[in-house]
Amino acid sequence: MEVWEYGSVEVWECGGMAVWEKSYTSVPPYPHTSILPYFHTPPSLKMEYEAVIGLEVHTQLKTRSKIFCSCSTEFGAKPNHNTCPICQGMPGVLPVLNKQVVEFGIRTALAMNCTIADYSLFARKNYFYPDLPKAYQISQYELPLAQHGWIEIQVDGISKKIGVTRIHMEEDAGKSIHDENITGSKNYSFIDFNRCGVPLLEIVSEPDMRSPEEAREYLLKLKGILEYLEVSDCNMEEGSLRCDANISVRPKGSTKLGTKTEVKNMNSFKNVQKALEYEIARQIQILEEGGRIVQETRLWDVDQGVTRPMRSKEEAHDYRYFPEPDLVPLVIDKEWIEQIRKSLPELADARTARFISQYGIPEYDARVLTASKFVADYYENTVKLYPNPKVVSNWVMGDILRKLKEHEQADIRTCPITPQHLAGMLKLIEEGTISGKIAKVVFEDMYATGKMPEEIVKEKGLIQISDEKEVAAVVDRIIAANPETVAQYKAGKQKAFGFFVGEVMKATQGKANPQLVNKLLKEKLST
Amino acid sequence: MELCDYTIHELHEMMKRREITSRQITESVLSRIDQVENRIRAYITVLREEALEQASIIDQKLQRGEIPLTPLTGIPIAIKDLICTRGVLTTCAAKILHNFIPPYDATVIARLKQQNIVMIGKTNLDQFGMGSSTENSYYGITRNPWDLSRVPGGSSGGSAAAVIAGEAIGALGTDTGGSIRQPSSFCSTTGLKPTYGRVSRYGLIAYASSLDQIGPIAKDVTDCAILLNALSGYDPKDSTSVNLPTPDYTRALVPDITGLKIGIPEEYFIAGMDEEVEEKIWEAVRVLEKLGASYEKVSLPHTEYAVAAYYIIAPAEASSNLARYDGVKYGYRADTYTDLMDMYMTTRSQGFSPEVKRRIMLGTYSLSSGYYDAYYLKAQKVRTLIKRDFEEAFKKYDVLVAPVSPTPAFKIGEKTEDPLQMYLSDIFTIPINLAGVTALSIPCGFTKDGLPIGLQIIGKHFGEETILKVAYAFEQNTEHHKKKPPL
Repeated sequence: MEVWEYGSVEVWECGGMAVWEKSYTSVPPYPHTSILPYFHTPPSLKMEYEAVIGLEVHTQLKTRSKIFCSCSTEFGAKPNHNTCPICQGMPGVLPVLNKQVVEFGIRTALAMNCTIADYSLFARKNYFYPDLPKAYQISQYELPLAQHGWIEIQVDGISKKIGVTRIHMEEDAGKSIHDENITGSKNYSFIDFNRCGVPLLEIVSEPDMRSPEEAREYLLKLKGILEYLEVSDCNMEEGSLRCDANISVRPKGSTKLGTKTEVKNMNSFKNVQKALEYEIARQIQILEEGGRIVQETRLWDVDQGVTRPMRSKEEAHDYRYFPEPDLVPLVIDKEWIEQIRKSLPELADARTARFISQYGIPEYDARVLTASKFVADYYENTVKLYPNPKVVSNWVMGDILRKLKEHEQADIRTCPITPQHLAGMLKLIEEGTISGKIAKVVFEDMYATGKMPEEIVKEKGLIQISDEKEVAAVVDRIIAANPETVAQYKAGKQKAFGFFVGEVMKATQGKANPQLVNKLLKEKLST
Repeated sequence: MELCDYTIHELHEMMKRREITSRQITESVLSRIDQVENRIRAYITVLREEALEQASIIDQKLQRGEIPLTPLTGIPIAIKDLICTRGVLTTCAAKILHNFIPPYDATVIARLKQQNIVMIGKTNLDQFGMGSSTENSYYGITRNPWDLSRVPGGSSGGSAAAVIAGEAIGALGTDTGGSIRQPSSFCSTTGLKPTYGRVSRYGLIAYASSLDQIGPIAKDVTDCAILLNALSGYDPKDSTSVNLPTPDYTRALVPDITGLKIGIPEEYFIAGMDEEVEEKIWEAVRVLEKLGASYEKVSLPHTEYAVAAYYIIAPAEASSNLARYDGVKYGYRADTYTDLMDMYMTTRSQGFSPEVKRRIMLGTYSLSSGYYDAYYLKAQKVRTLIKRDFEEAFKKYDVLVAPVSPTPAFKIGEKTEDPLQMYLSDIFTIPINLAGVTALSIPCGFTKDGLPIGLQIIGKHFGEETILKVAYAFEQNTEHHKKKPPL
């Protein structure tokens, strides 16, 4: 159980009433969501369109306890195991803000170049749903924790700043399970409140993205930052990173915004890109056909690969936001912010620069390696054990990342090939114990079994044959067995050389030292 | 005089001298309940067996020296049924919570248990604290012990009636717009609404979170101070509770108010107010003057907007606080319904009283988009102005003195058909909650018909010591608090 900290960030105000007034003088928090007039394009004038995309990202913070009580946030516990009267919203209970959540929020906001509000408020968002036990969600509405930041992304080698409109804290809701397998009747639903009160950060971008690629880059960069800060696990499949998109299209060059739709339920990076591509095409088609876009919320249907309407905005809830009277306004001490600023880790951009200067690897490599904190950590740990940065970079960027991609949901932190494995294998290559080709075999085996490379080489007898006599014997045998090809080679057919190499390798099960094979073949074929 | 007619501090002295036991006090209170409860109906739940058992345990522990004898040890206390008590039915006097047994104690209950009180029962109230007469309860009407045809006031009517009738030695009430002071005034008890933040609200089932406070209802000022000592103090479970040192309020009880400056808010003497009430208030002021205080009229210019602001803010918060009673997790659920939405609607339609529904609707309306600025936000601005009125006044005066209610206890049924009339009975108590300051009601006389009248003494934020001192001085020089209803 975490030590639950109280108090030090809070300032008491009698009933809060004198200061609530302040909160309603700020500008509307979502300027890009305003409804704008329909922009009609005559169908005869086919034109080029551009997309306008803004993302709302919810990320689960990996605090040990929930945002308003001391229950555990552990994922995968038995239903309703991590609950107490507070997160179940029982009558009479009160929320108390978890200081760690605020600290994580500030860390994130600083890393995204935001201004931290010295005064922010929690509000109630009221709506009925069985898995929302209080029938309201405590969230920040006006006066969020932080505003006006940006994240820099790179697409096709060009850098671009994407605005971060706001970052705010809120609690998660529970989960309804509609499962007739449990009772055999469709009439029952079950509710798991474990997720109730798990802290979330909502990070809302400006509508600054113009393509699905930019949106994907933004999301990757954002995930990278959250990983670097160690504030979230960012696992999209487990729901610790969730993304909704606001998207509209407009004729290229126009400065007016088109009518937008909101796309929800995109639970992987691939899906975000696919859903946006689909939605852009759909909207353009409607405009081209002279139709108009309906402002609505749409769901991404993974199976069908389409977006479909969820509910129209007209039917949407009136959330009746008002300042949460059970929590005092959050007043953040400037010194605390500075303390957190000083404790921020080296982030991706700084690490890229350091990788270039420290390891002398190309910028491209450095960017790929540092996009994820964990990949960068992996790289550095391997280089420590095998100090040849470029060789390590090639293996990590190539084989390791390819392997992880093959196994979807794989995480480099749980990769069976650890830096020790990889460095050990690279040493074996360097020492000449195995060839590069054999290394690929060792690599696959390491991934499958988690065994150390030395062990695999020993077990499978993969040690390179560098004994000249032994290789020469095989070379002689191959030459003797293929007089016709020898004749062709001698007649000038260079390709035939490759045939001999291949045959020797085949005969030695790939274990012959390639340099030695080359050398001996050249010698013997030229006599 | 039976043991149940004594005060907490008198019983404590007797216990100290080992003349009586907690069991004897408890038995006395229970036998009074047997005698009068069928006429008064102050309780929703009487914890007969539990209280006797608890009293015996306390006596044994005292005898063995296992627990200290604090001023509250072994004293039977009644709890308004809006405060969560672990393992004990807590209904808010509402059908929708008719079967709710909290798995936890409110912080104030935990604190009282630390002092080894005997919890005697859970008292009746206006459903969810909404009302000024205790007529609006799923469990029936509580009657005023001074006149059974009249209301005891509300919403802590059950607590006030129980204390004055000897059905409890002291009680806890809650005060959102006057719910401790107005019934205290109607029943001739001393009731104190602490400064917002002084007493933890954890475990108080919320009506309007930014206004609610728990406070004591007792037979005299000393008992009030003893109870307040136990209730007060910072609670890490309530962010709005304030981290200030808690004084020993009983030490403030010195009958010397020489040089004290009293402000009399002129807006609290309105046309149409009961003449006898006004007369007794001025009489009381003259008593205080004789004791060395001086007084002046003062203006709290925004008073006239208080009731309007209150009936926007309190229902707005209530509409949200009461949304959780949806039939999903606990409490009442309608027997038949067609789907989820229908289950919510039928459950809530059947589970709430008309007054509760009225306030939920008012609050839902004033918070809805398009009306928020015109109602809720405006009301919050008015609230700020009202708070400033008090801050200004307290720059000059130590306390303000005013009536608690424009009339003495009214007849049962008299105002139930006219909610606006009912709302006006809290006209002098509501501004105090909006401002978050502290105030108490102390008996200051009776009408010709024998109905009690309360004097309201208002103090600044965390000015509990001052108002207790003034009340104590007044009480030491008058006899009103000693008078008992003819039961």
